[in-house]
Amino acid sequence: MAADQAKVDPMKQFAIEAIGGTQGWEIAGFNIAFTNSAMWMLITTVVLFVFVLGGMKRELVPGRWQMMVETFTGFIDNMLEANIGKEGRKYVPYVFSLFMFILIANLIGLLPLGLVGIHPFTFTSHFTVTGVLAIISFSIVLIVGFWKHGLHFFSLFVPHGTPLPMVPVIAPIEFISFMVRPFSLALRLFVAMMAGHVLLKVLSSFVIDGTNAGAGFGALVGLPSFLLMIGISALEILVAGIQAYVFALLTSLYINDAEHLH
Amino acid sequence: MPQIAQLADTWSSQVFWLLVFFGITFFVIGKIMVPKVMDTVAQRDGQIAADLAAAKAARDAADEQEEAWRVKENENRAAAQAIVAKAKDEAAAKSEKKLAAAQKRIDKKLADAEARIDEARTEALAEVENVAVEAAQDIVKTLAGVTVTKPVATKAVKEQMAHG
Repeated sequence: MAADQAKVDPMKQFAIEAIGGTQGWEIAGFNIAFTNSAMWMLITTVVLFVFVLGGMKRELVPGRWQMMVETFTGFIDNMLEANIGKEGRKYVPYVFSLFMFILIANLIGLLPLGLVGIHPFTFTSHFTVTGVLAIISFSIVLIVGFWKHGLHFFSLFVPHGTPLPMVPVIAPIEFISFMVRPFSLALRLFVAMMAGHVLLKVLSSFVIDGTNAGAGFGALVGLPSFLLMIGISALEILVAGIQAYVFALLTSLYINDAEHLH
Repeated sequence: MPQIAQLADTWSSQVFWLLVFFGITFFVIGKIMVPKVMDTVAQRDGQIAADLAAAKAARDAADEQEEAWRVKENENRAAAQAIVAKAKDEAAAKSEKKLAAAQKRIDKKLADAEARIDEARTEALAEVENVAVEAAQDIVKTLAGVTVTKPVATKAVKEQMAHG
């Protein structure tokens, strides 16, 4: 009976396991086991470090690698300048780190490393992680907002030109939409990454189970599923980029609100 | 869903390691490395802008020199044309003068010649008259045997000649 059951559990890929007996690591009573999730964060950091390091040759005429790194920094720089203006440049380190960290995490999580026995883990498919990133972004918005505008920052909740009688209605709506931002930011990335990976795993279980059920099922179910997986993998690469971009873009838009109010 | 099922056990580890690695990313890559990369880009942009400005300045200078050369060239050409025109005028004046002198000489010669012709003609006429007078005296003497004095004959001849 065990052989007949689906061997692919689409949720297994999101399971967190401590690596090498670090299960008991604690700081002030909080568990800080070095898990597979932490491992892929480390890998992401190293990959990003190596990538940017390759762009630090500081040549006047850039090579391909330097050009690539400069394209990314220029991309973030332009985005911040377009959304925030000249003041946006001081957020380049943060938004660049955010964008590249998420992008590389998303892309590395998609690598077919399972073929060589390594199990990729997409830590951006955990709302704990995306939530922390969203809270950091949101905190920056709050800190910058109150730092620059003081209590005047609350005028963010009253859009310019609102008729006075409408203020009591508009302000709570604006307030709620403002407070929802970190949740939408975190959930959007988490859901997009998780949905894609679940879909791929479900389709792969169709391929495996269909093929196991016989040649007929393999041709009827397995093959179309496999073709669909190829297409969806391409789509997932696109989603990986788009979600990182959306996260960075929304962060820059929110920072713009904090810098300039409305 | 492990994200929720494991939440209580793993959230602190997730948050801790995320803060550690994202912190490293932000402080090492974002704060130290990225500004250097962008500095390189800015330097390059500055260099390109400076080169472009230098090229533009050089072109402007070349244009200016060409314009100056053109002005000078025009001046030179005008000066040369003035010299040519002056020389032409002088030559024309000189030749006119020469022509006038030659004309004068020719006129004088013509006038002299005409005077001489008139003189000759008057002399010839006088000769003719004398001859006619003598002839008339001879004719009258021969035909009528009358001797006519020279003044009378002369008068008669003159009358006849005046009548043509």
